[in-house]
Parts: sequence; C-alpha cells; structure tokens
Amino acid sequence: MESHLASNGIVAALFLAAGVTVWMVRRSRLWSSAFVSLWRRRRFALLVTGVYVAVALLDSVAWVGGDSLAVDTVARHEARSVIDRVFGGNQEKSYSAPFAEAEFYGGGDLRYPGRHWLGTDMIGRDIFYLTLKGARVALLIGGLTSLIAIPLALLFGISAGYFGGRIDDVVFFLMTTLASMPGLLLLIALIMVMGKSTLAVCVALAVTGWVGFCRVSRGETLKLRELEFVSAARSLGVSEFQIVMRHILPNLMHLVIITFVLMFSGLVLSEAILSWLGIGVDGSWGQMIDQARNELSRDPIVWWNIAASGTALFGLILAVNFVGDALRDVLDPRTIEDER
Amino acid sequence: MGAYVIRRLSYGAVVVFGVLFLLFILFFAVTSPDDIARKALGERVPPAVVEQWKVNHGYDKPLFPAPGHWADNMLVEHYRRMLTFDFGRSDADDTPILERIRKGMGPSLALTIPLFVLSVLVAIPLSLLVAFFRETYIDRAGVILAVLAMSVSVLLYIIGAQYLVGKVLHWFPISGFDSDPRVIVRFLALPIMIGVANGLGGDIRFYRTVFLEESNTDYVRTARAKGCGEIRIMSRHVFRNSLIPLLTRIVVAIPFLFTGSLLLESFFGIPGLGAITVDAIQGNDFSVLRTMVYIGSLLFVVGQILTDLSYALVDPRVRLE
Amino acid sequence: MTALLQVAGLTTCFPMSQKNVPIVDALDFEVGRGEVLALVGESGSGKSMTALSLMRLVPKPGRITAGSVRLDGQELLDLSVRSMRSVRGSGVAMIFQEPMTSLNPVIRVGEQVVEAIRLHERVSRGAALDRCRELFEQVGIPDAAERVNAYPHQLSGGLKQRVMIAMALSARPRLLIADEPTTALDVTVQAQILRLLQELQEETGMSILLITHDLGIVNELADRVAVLYAGRIVETAPRTALFKTPKHPYTQGLLRSMPALAPSGERLPEIPGMVPSPSDWPLGCRFASRCARAMDQCSQSLPEFTDQGPRHTVACYAVSQADSQSGHGWAGGTPEGL
Ligand SMILES: Nc1ncnc2c1ncn2[C@@H]1O[C@H](COP(=O)(O)OP(=O)(O)OP(=O)(O)O)[C@@H](O)[C@H]1O
Ligand code: SF4
Ligand SMILES: [Mg+2]
Repeated sequence: MESHLASNGIVAALFLAAGVTVWMVRRSRLWSSAFVSLWRRRRFALLVTGVYVAVALLDSVAWVGGDSLAVDTVARHEARSVIDRVFGGNQEKSYSAPFAEAEFYGGGDLRYPGRHWLGTDMIGRDIFYLTLKGARVALLIGGLTSLIAIPLALLFGISAGYFGGRIDDVVFFLMTTLASMPGLLLLIALIMVMGKSTLAVCVALAVTGWVGFCRVSRGETLKLRELEFVSAARSLGVSEFQIVMRHILPNLMHLVIITFVLMFSGLVLSEAILSWLGIGVDGSWGQMIDQARNELSRDPIVWWNIAASGTALFGLILAVNFVGDALRDVLDPRTIEDER
Repeated sequence: MGAYVIRRLSYGAVVVFGVLFLLFILFFAVTSPDDIARKALGERVPPAVVEQWKVNHGYDKPLFPAPGHWADNMLVEHYRRMLTFDFGRSDADDTPILERIRKGMGPSLALTIPLFVLSVLVAIPLSLLVAFFRETYIDRAGVILAVLAMSVSVLLYIIGAQYLVGKVLHWFPISGFDSDPRVIVRFLALPIMIGVANGLGGDIRFYRTVFLEESNTDYVRTARAKGCGEIRIMSRHVFRNSLIPLLTRIVVAIPFLFTGSLLLESFFGIPGLGAITVDAIQGNDFSVLRTMVYIGSLLFVVGQILTDLSYALVDPRVRLE
Repeated sequence: MTALLQVAGLTTCFPMSQKNVPIVDALDFEVGRGEVLALVGESGSGKSMTALSLMRLVPKPGRITAGSVRLDGQELLDLSVRSMRSVRGSGVAMIFQEPMTSLNPVIRVGEQVVEAIRLHERVSRGAALDRCRELFEQVGIPDAAERVNAYPHQLSGGLKQRVMIAMALSARPRLLIADEPTTALDVTVQAQILRLLQELQEETGMSILLITHDLGIVNELADRVAVLYAGRIVETAPRTALFKTPKHPYTQGLLRSMPALAPSGERLPEIPGMVPSPSDWPLGCRFASRCARAMDQCSQSLPEFTDQGPRHTVACYAVSQADSQSGHGWAGGTPEGL
C-alpha cells in the first residue's frame, strides 16, 4: 500500500497551510492581537493541544525500511511512522501491568520486562504506544470531518443568506429537515448504510454536524449583505462572486475558526460513543475504552487501558474546550450560541 | 392564533415528508432491499430464498414510481406505512415493531422523565447561583468545573460510576430492570445519577450564559436603580426574561424522553427504546432503525411546534399570527 | 444650609490593559436644593459613568476608587449595601438614556412602577396601583387607568420615558438624575419631556442632575452647568455666566459650535481633533492636543481650579495666567471667544 505516501503528503500540506496561516495572521493586526491575547490567556491549553498535534504528526510521517528497536515483530516491507519506530514493536502475548516484570495473569515471562510504562492489553500490545497512536485518529476524525462540514456549511449558508429567495427556502428546508432527525440515530443510520470505515464515520459526522454552522453563517451573511461596503461594491458593478469572496467570506473567518474548535471536541466525543456501539474508527481511544469494559470486571482488574485512553481523551477535549472558550471571547463574544 | 397554528403544523408536515424522503434514500435507494435481505440471511443463500424473504417483509415492489406501477412501489408504500404507523416486522427477528415500541416506551419513560426533571431542577438553580456570583471566584470555579465535566466522555461516566458505585460500594445493582415500582428505584437510581452528572456541565454553561446576558441588560440596571435587591433581581427580572431561551432548550428535549437513552439503557440493561435501537444497530436491523429515526424526527417536529407555542406564554411580545 | 448633594474627589476606575484608568477623575461639584445642575460633555466624556457612580451602580469591573458623595450630609460611599439600596429610588432616582430597553419587556409597566413604590413603602398592592395611576396622570400619560396594564412594547418611546419618569418619582426622591432623557426621542417629544421635567421639578421641589450634550437643553432648564471633558470637570458656572462669559477654551469651542449662536449660513466651527480615548489620556490637561492656547506646562501637569466669578470655577493655565497678569481675579476678566 502506498497510503503512507499520501499521509506524508498530507503532513507536508499541513505544514504549508500552517506557514501560510502564520504569515497571514502576522500581516493582520486584528488577528495577531487576537492570537496574542489567546496565548496570554490559555498558554497551557495551547501547549497541550500542540503536544497532541505533534504526536499525531509524528505518527503520520512514515517510510519503509530502516532498523528499529524491534524489527523481529514487524514485517520489513511495511511503512512505519516515527512513533512506530520509537515506541512500537514491543508486543507481548498477554496482559502486563505497568512496569511489570512478568505477565499479569499466570506470571509468565515477558519479552520486554519493565518496558511497558502503561502496561499492555489483552493481546499484548503496549498501551503507551496505542495511546500515542490514538492522537492521530482523534485529530483525523476532528480534522477530516471539519474539512467536509465547514465548506459545505459555508457554501449553503452563504448562498442562502446572500441570494435569499428560492435558494434560501430550499437551504432552510434542508436544514430544518436534517435538524429534525435525532443526531445520534441519523449518524448511526448513515454509517450503517455506508459501511464502517474512517471516511464513513467522518462523512456521517459531517452530514449531521454542518447544520449548526450553516445556520450561523446564513445569519451572519444576512447581516453582512446589508452593510454599506457590500451595497457600495454592488453598485460599482463588482460581480456577486467577487463580493462573496472579498467581503463576505473574510468576515466569516472568525466564525469558521471558533466553530472549528468548538465542533472538534464534540466530534471526538461522538466518535467515542460510536466506538462503543461498534461502529467507530479503528485505533481510537473510544475503542480502547470500549475494550476496557470487560477488563474492569476481571479479577484482579485491568485498569491501565481505560485509565490511559480515558486520560488521553479527556486531556485533548479539555485543552481544546479551554482554547475554544477563550477564542470565542477573543474573536466574537456574541454570535455563536452553544449548540450542545 | 388559529391561522398561525395551522401554518406551523403544515410546515411541520412538510418537514416530516422531507425526513421520510431522506429515510427512503438511505434505507431503500442506497441500501437496497437485496442488501438488507443479504444482511439478514447471510451471503450464501440462494436467490429464491432472498426473494421469499423480501415478499415476507414487504420489500418485493419496485423502488420508484414508473409507468405501470405509479402507486404500487416501495416509495409510496414507505410513506403509506410510516404515516399510518404500520411499521411491519423486524428485519432481524420478525417481531412486530409497533409491539416492541409499545413495550419499550414504559421503561424508557421510567428512566428519562426523572432524569429530565432532575437535570432541570439541579442545573437551573446551580446556574442561577453561578450567575449571581458573577466575576467572583465562585463563578470562575463554576465555569471551570463545568468545562471539566463537559470534557469527560459519557462512556467514562458510565463505566466509572458503574464500577465505583455498583462494584466497589455495592449501593445499587449494576444492571437490570423490574416493573415493580418499589424495586425499580434501585435499578434506575444509578443511571439517572449518571445522566444528570453527564449533562450538568453543558447545561450550567448554557444557562449561565443566558442568565448573565440578561443581567447585563438595561432593565436590570433600572431595577437596581429603583432599589431592588440582587436576589429579587435574579428571581424576578432576570429569570422571567431568561425563560425564552430556557424554553427552547427544555421543551425541545421533552419529545426525546420517549425515545429513551441509547447508552444508559443498554449499559444498565433497561429494556427501553434505546436498548432496542442498540440491538438493531448490532443486529443490522434496518427496519427497526428506520422506524426509530422516523419516530424521533416526528417527536422533534412536535417539540418544535410546542416550543413556538410556549413562547407566547412567556413573552408578551410574541403574538402568534 | 448645605447643598443637597456634595461630591468631592469622586474617582471611578476601569482596568484597561493592566492599569486602572480613571474614567471619572476627581470630580467636585454640588447640587443645591431645588436646583437643576446640568452636566455637559461630549459622548464618552464619562457623564453616564458619573451618574452611575453617584448611585453606586458602576458596572464591573469598574470601581469607585476615591472621593466622597454626600446626600443631605450623609456619606453614600460608606453606606452598607442594604442602606444604599434604600437610598436608590427614594433618595436619588435615575432615568436613563435608552427608554426603549430600560423597562422590563415581560412585566406590565404598572407592575414595574408598583414594584418601585412597594420597595420603599409598606403599602398594599391596591394602594400602590392607585398611586401608580396618579403618577401616570401626573407625568401626562393619556388613559392612565388602562395604560398600567400595557407591556412596554405596546408604548411609544415618549410614553416609555414618561413611565420611567413616573417610576423615578414613585418614591419621592430628593434628587433626580436624568441621563440624556431625550436623546433617543423625536424632536417634538423631546420638548414635551423637557417641559414635563421642568414642571415636576417646580411642583415637587426636588433637585435635578441633568445630563446632556445639548447646550440648547441646558439653556432652557439648568440653573448651573458643569462641563465635563475626558473624565474631568473643566468649568462650572451659573447658566447665564457660562453662556455669556465662558472661560475654558473647550467650553468656548462648544458654544461656538452651537447652531443658535453661529452667524446664519456659515459652517459651524467645530473643535478640531478628537476626544482622546481613556487609555491614551495625557499627563497634563486632557484638552491640550486640541487646544489653540496650549502652552508647555499644559501637557506636564493638570491645571488647578481658579475662581472666575460668583460660583464660577475654571481649570485652565491660560485663564489663570491671564488673571495673574491683569493682577486680579475674575472681576477683570473679559469674555473670550464670543
Ligand atoms: N463597562 C465599561 N468598561 C470599560 N470602559 C467603559 C465601560 N463603560 C464605559 N466605559 C468607558 O467610559 C467612558 C465614559 O463612558 P460614559 O458612558 O460615561 O460616556 P457618556 O459621557 O455617558 O457618553 P454618551 O453621551 O455616549 O452616553 C467611555 O470612554 C467608555 O469607553
Ligand atoms: S490648560 Fe492649557 S491646554 Fe488645557 S485648556 Fe487651558 S490652555 Fe488649553
Ligand atoms: Mg451616557
């Protein structure tokens, strides 16, 4: 499979996008001062988020070959990421407790005694390693879904708000219809119909998630189109497309950012629920938590799996929520209502 | 008033039609009856068996209207059955769906009604309190606690509480259900507590924002200027004006009491509609899932109409016309 | 007899980018019994904040940091929260700039006035409602008996402001603070409301602190005037003196830009420049950046008040220097500007 090349490409694209964003933020006084005050208020949460992103990126850059700590367990022709190379490959046969010298049940020998900081799961995979790998899955879910949902919401929201009339009626009807269907059930139905895959989960989350932001961008566009610079541009004969691109879209950017951050944590939490229903994404923290259900009723209990995945999930969501809250205060105190 | 209600109802009907159309696309056009039959029967059964299964489950008509069968097709059938509550049989185990829904509603309501009432009764006073102490440490601590609580996955709440309260402390049974009202409390107490705890963070944050927004208004300043005390201001001026956004959140939730709670019911072995839905997901039971989405949407539309009507009760500026 | 309201050194600060900015800075003024004192200043000069400070209703995170506010000799800034509450409404009442939003939209207007009455007097609801009807008649609300049952959105802006006035009068305050009571209203309604305030003042003998940026209103209603610029009072004077012999360059500029005083057909001369925003207030005289007569010392320290006539004080270096050069105080001063 060449999927690791695509993954590497995406990492490169992300770095490019980040570079462009930084450059644009530094050019605009409004945005850079917003970022400075965000940094001042939420330094710690931003740093924590940064650590998660870094782990996910390190898990996305992969290549074939080269030596690693444990070449014996991994086929040589498989592409392995930086995380795989540094933390992977120390597979056991069964449970090991954190830092244990012997197997948890039965006390058999371990291949890597004392090397499992967070223990191993039932089939002997290192929990620390799996937890690190979960970061990429979580960010993929949040990122890919937003990448589908936000452009969709902007497209429908802006056209409805800007052109009004028939288009608005249709979009409004679509929004009401989708919003009327119970979110979780629709989500489940979509995934069952599309079949279980990462893409299916993200598409389903996007289909159920775009409505809220569509409503916000429609309302904001309605306000913007009445403003003087828009009517001035129109009377000068600027094309509708240009007005939208030059005047409407840039004025929605702050809402896009806030929505993205606020939506993100909801998406990752939803995926955990889906995992528990057996239709989540492979390798997510939700799946690890799901496995842990039986482990808690074992005797003696296996607690480290759920502790690690639960803490990792909680840490990411908490950091993102704090950043999101502050962002909302910094960029726009009013327009975004709590949807949850 | 009458004209408004009629207009509102007819828009609701149009939305229900839209929902049904989406369901048709998902459950008939995208996953064809053949797919559904294969899921139920397995991949290797002969075509004749599949055809027979389709006849038995009423999937044997052409999908879309076309010359020759304008009225006799799945699309029309789908609308007819759903609108007359003729939900047919489960794709997985052949039980009549309506019967199952009727049986599941009781346990679901036994869980969701107390859960709902308790959530409102706990969240609103707490948020009033937090809003009352705005810009103090109590407020800041309240907000941080709310964000903390919101950031915990509901799975962790359930697993953690079940483990702690059920297995370590042995206060309540871990799961099960009984229709005897004296015993039922023992089974429902834990899921209800978890449900309340899970929703509390988000609720408090929402209500607090509403209350704070109202307490920064000019008429609150007027009330202060005429000598009103803070408690009176909160309970009389702020609270009454906050009812409008509060209602939106509360009334809309009422219909969903009927559909139960997916997670709590299946974790705690409560045989309600939520548990039925989870079974349907795990058993690829498309007809049950489809019915559940439909009922949920129908209830939501009803809830929306109720919300709009209730605005007129709390806001004299709203006149239904 | 001392004045009804004596304000000394009143300072209200807001934290802005890590330092406390005095939005209201060391104000000194008095309102005598039965007197109408106008507080004049441009938008953003701190008029409303002054009024709210007197009521001790400064919105957070603002805070009164210094000074003294005495009503009938009683220090309001030292009162307990509870006693201050009973002063609000009965000692000092206030009507606001925005009648549209100042009434509670979901409570009937009569009920809101009844609440105000019963906060300060132990009377039955029925008696309070009767009082409310009388008040409505007194402030000239037609069909008072029915209007008590109206909701605010059913009343026009002028009527709403009359309800606000009725509510303010309900506990027979000794001082009424009227914060730009007519700014949000139509011109014809403005005149009616002003006349009403004047009549009520004559009937009840209460004192009024009238806040406005409109010198026309000052000219009609006020006994004395205090001019506020960027959080500080720059000149106080009896009305006639202020209009005849304004001393402070800012007051002179204000008067020059008044339509009634300018030669017809000419463009009104405006004061050049903009009011500095609170975070960049200079060390010295806050008017220095726009003042034609500014000198070196103006930007270094704040000018002190000097007497320029009976009850006429001005804080300006140019004015006090002119005095010392001519050797005596206000008696020798000639009107500048006009
Ligand atoms: N809540 C607040 N936080 C920070 N600064 C404030 C706040 N409210 C007012 N200010 C600042 O205080 C200053 C004075 O405001 P104030 O409302 O008293 O002006 P004003 O003279 O009443 O103006 P207007 O004629 O527009 O009513 C303004 O510069 C404003 O920026
Ligand atoms: S003190 Fe100086 S700057 Fe200020 S008004 Fe007088 S002359 Fe002008
Ligand atoms: Mg003001």
